Amino acid sequence: MTTTEQPQEYKVIGTRPIRHDGLDKVIGKALYGGDMKLPGLVWGAVLRSPHAHADIKRIDTSKASAAPGVLAVMTGADMPVAESIELETGEEVTNLAHASLKLMAHGRVTYKGHPVAAVAAVDHNTALEALKLIDVEYEVLKPVLTVDEAVAEGAPLVLPDHVGNDLGEKRRGTNVADHFRHEFGDPAKGFSEATVIVEREFSLTMVHQGYIEPHNATALWKSDGKIEVWTSTQGAFGVRSALAPILQVPETDIKVTPMEIGGGFGGKINIYLEPLSAILSKKAGRPVKIVMDRKSIFEATGPTPGGRIRVKMGANDAGEITAAEVDLYYEAGAYPGSPVGAGAMCSLACYRVPNSRIDGWDILVNKPKTAAYRAPGATQAAFAVESVVDEVCRRLGMDPIEFRLLNGVKEGDRRADGPVYPRVGNLEQLQALKESPHYASQLDKVTEDGKLRGRGVANGFWFNGGMQSTVTINVNSDGEVGLVEGSVDIGGTRASVAMQAAEVLGLRAEEVHPVVVDTDSVGYTDVTGGSRTANATGYAAYLAAHNVITAMKERAAILWEISADDIQFADGVFSSESDSELSISFKELAGKLTETGGPLAASGSIRQRGSGGGFGAHLVDVEVDPETGKVDVIRYTAAQDVGKAIHPSYVEGQIQGGATQGIGWALNEEYFWTDEGTMQNSTFLDYRMPTSLDLPMIDTILTEVPNPTHPFGVRGVGETPIIAPVGAVANAIADATGARLTEAPMKPSRVLKAVKAVEEHNGRS
Amino acid sequence: MTQNASGTQKVVVSPTINGQRYDLLIDPYQSLLDTLREAAGLTGTKEGCNDGNCGACTVMLDGRIVDSCLVLGAETDGHEVTTVEGIAPDGEHLHPLQQAFLEEAALQCGICTPGFLVSAKALLDSEPNPSEERIRLWLAGNLCRCTGYDKIVRAVQKAGE
Repeated sequence: MTTTEQPQEYKVIGTRPIRHDGLDKVIGKALYGGDMKLPGLVWGAVLRSPHAHADIKRIDTSKASAAPGVLAVMTGADMPVAESIELETGEEVTNLAHASLKLMAHGRVTYKGHPVAAVAAVDHNTALEALKLIDVEYEVLKPVLTVDEAVAEGAPLVLPDHVGNDLGEKRRGTNVADHFRHEFGDPAKGFSEATVIVEREFSLTMVHQGYIEPHNATALWKSDGKIEVWTSTQGAFGVRSALAPILQVPETDIKVTPMEIGGGFGGKINIYLEPLSAILSKKAGRPVKIVMDRKSIFEATGPTPGGRIRVKMGANDAGEITAAEVDLYYEAGAYPGSPVGAGAMCSLACYRVPNSRIDGWDILVNKPKTAAYRAPGATQAAFAVESVVDEVCRRLGMDPIEFRLLNGVKEGDRRADGPVYPRVGNLEQLQALKESPHYASQLDKVTEDGKLRGRGVANGFWFNGGMQSTVTINVNSDGEVGLVEGSVDIGGTRASVAMQAAEVLGLRAEEVHPVVVDTDSVGYTDVTGGSRTANATGYAAYLAAHNVITAMKERAAILWEISADDIQFADGVFSSESDSELSISFKELAGKLTETGGPLAASGSIRQRGSGGGFGAHLVDVEVDPETGKVDVIRYTAAQDVGKAIHPSYVEGQIQGGATQGIGWALNEEYFWTDEGTMQNSTFLDYRMPTSLDLPMIDTILTEVPNPTHPFGVRGVGETPIIAPVGAVANAIADATGARLTEAPMKPSRVLKAVKAVEEHNGRS
Repeated sequence: MTQNASGTQKVVVSPTINGQRYDLLIDPYQSLLDTLREAAGLTGTKEGCNDGNCGACTVMLDGRIVDSCLVLGAETDGHEVTTVEGIAPDGEHLHPLQQAFLEEAALQCGICTPGFLVSAKALLDSEPNPSEERIRLWLAGNLCRCTGYDKIVRAVQKAGE
């Protein structure tokens, strides 16, 4: 494998073919989890706790069990608690005992919406009606709802038996599940060398991935003890790995079929309904389907944490960062495992910081257990750090991109949590943003109708996962190939993986036919997450394709009765190096497999150690209404180093989508809580995600600094673009109004208050 | 059997869906969304929220777009329903919107796509060349969480040309 910095000539890579699964998706024929139908299929429904924190004194399911049409009822008594072992699920580590308790309450509910019972019945409505017949007696406990409440003296304990870690010391009787630190150099000395020091504290609330497709799971527990599951998941093998210990059956006895998935963004890595469907199926003797309602999706799946972040940064007169400190207090939810580790890793990752300290706290609260959400933990940290960087730039009078270039990391620099960067494209993408027409444009600071305009910049880093993938390629006699993969296609990866195989095989993208299969039908493949799929599964496809070529050379050797070593392959044609008369196209040779030894299939498997760090800097212009506090995004440009864009349209789409989620996070989206721990805005009406009307076009700039650990230089691209937007919007609002917003979302009431405070301050001075 | 397990009397409704008359036995409280998916077997129309806020289940009812989760199946007796399965002019050709969505990469996960296609078709039926602003206003009732709408708006513009 060689990778150069020179652009390579590709035939397929970098083109924009129509995705293979596109037709079914525009004619309504693609089958998602909710579309599952089976002979004898019945519906399940879940009874959920109305309290955020309570002991279950008694559950009486007898009336529900006796109701007409009800086939099975289950509670925690029917579901074993898995051993306390840690499972790597892609973007996080799941403790399986905690997962069992989270999926179905065993004596105590720890968040509003916690499942306490489930029913299977002949139809959906009968199942829902039967839930009303289940009588649960609760003893309500005081909930812990913020990181401050959780660490306060005498706070109720979310998990009384949990042993926390405090810088390597075991701690009992605390809601702090984990506290860790990264230290480098001498921060005190670094701050003493600074001429500008900015210190700020920020806060955020939980936000949700907001995928449009509800969670769903259909399961059939068969008479022979084997279990089949059809579900909407980012990783079928991860579902299998989690289900086996929770259901206490051998992994081999479970077959998981990933249906088409209607968005995930990290939120469909964990299992929620699968074990309930399986247990109900076992009891009912029928396949059971459950589709989660939207309110429960908000209340009882994994949002990304809110919390509190403190950042202190110092710089000298030359504009060089001399020291930085970051303290991250993240809500884990009701079980340990917030993404504070990744937040810490990414917090200072865009900058060379000679002296640094980063502390992270993972804090238990009576809220849903957090889950991965696109670059989990990084956006929160970047909101804080990029806001502080912006203030440092303003105090120094430096251009914000210039400052980020001056202090920006490149190959050989050390990240604040330890690793040294390989070849990365941070400076290249910053430079591209600096040279963009958007950055060169003038922005009038006040509109004719008195609105205030401002421009903001922020940068973001995500490490990008690697992990394991398998691809098998089957050569058809017509010269086209089937490509069998285990990577769920959440946004065009059938195309990007198939295109990498096509490039190697000398075929057109349309001549490679990708299919995503169940866990019995392909080698182990990790989750579609961590921005790893185009890289790692693409690499597996590359390897499988090379193995096909090697095997095809042997077939040509048989045909020509020469040595396979004498055969070369280029531009879709096999030829003899020594005899120019001998040549045969891939297609022709594929038609001669029978007479040269029979069917030909070849696989490629890989364990990638990462898919190349990604950097993305965003530039946003906003318009603030000083009368209402409403902020409109009026122009947006996102730059990103993508390594190599296999299918540029879907790379752009990832960046546009990530930026938009970030804009929603910045301006509108939040979990709004009652004092009892109930989310008050658990609908898409009140949990206000961006609509088409809220946005301008999102311009993208792709820079391509090849990732040295991938044959085509691919870097992960999906997660990076959600990191910068919240900070970029905050910086634009500061530019427009002079007000520094330190709480997200920057909703009208907050912006108005901050603008009025600035006006009062200016009026007085 | 015309009763469900809880004793409710089922009803027969006869809507015309995508030009074809159906006789469907449904519960009187079943939504049009549920009627299409469960009774008619047309699962192209998707559930996103089931409370009228995401637009994934958008269909045309007598030429007007509705959230099918907010309409009762029983109300559609004798009425015309068009779903994503019925927007192509014939079995061999895609609607220009479907083709544009493919060419412009206007879908990622695809779950919101049927609703967008039906909504956008209703727009183009009445306004063949809408402006970007008009498209953004018209489609504001359809949520997409993957694309940031950029490529969707471009696809609708392209189909309108």
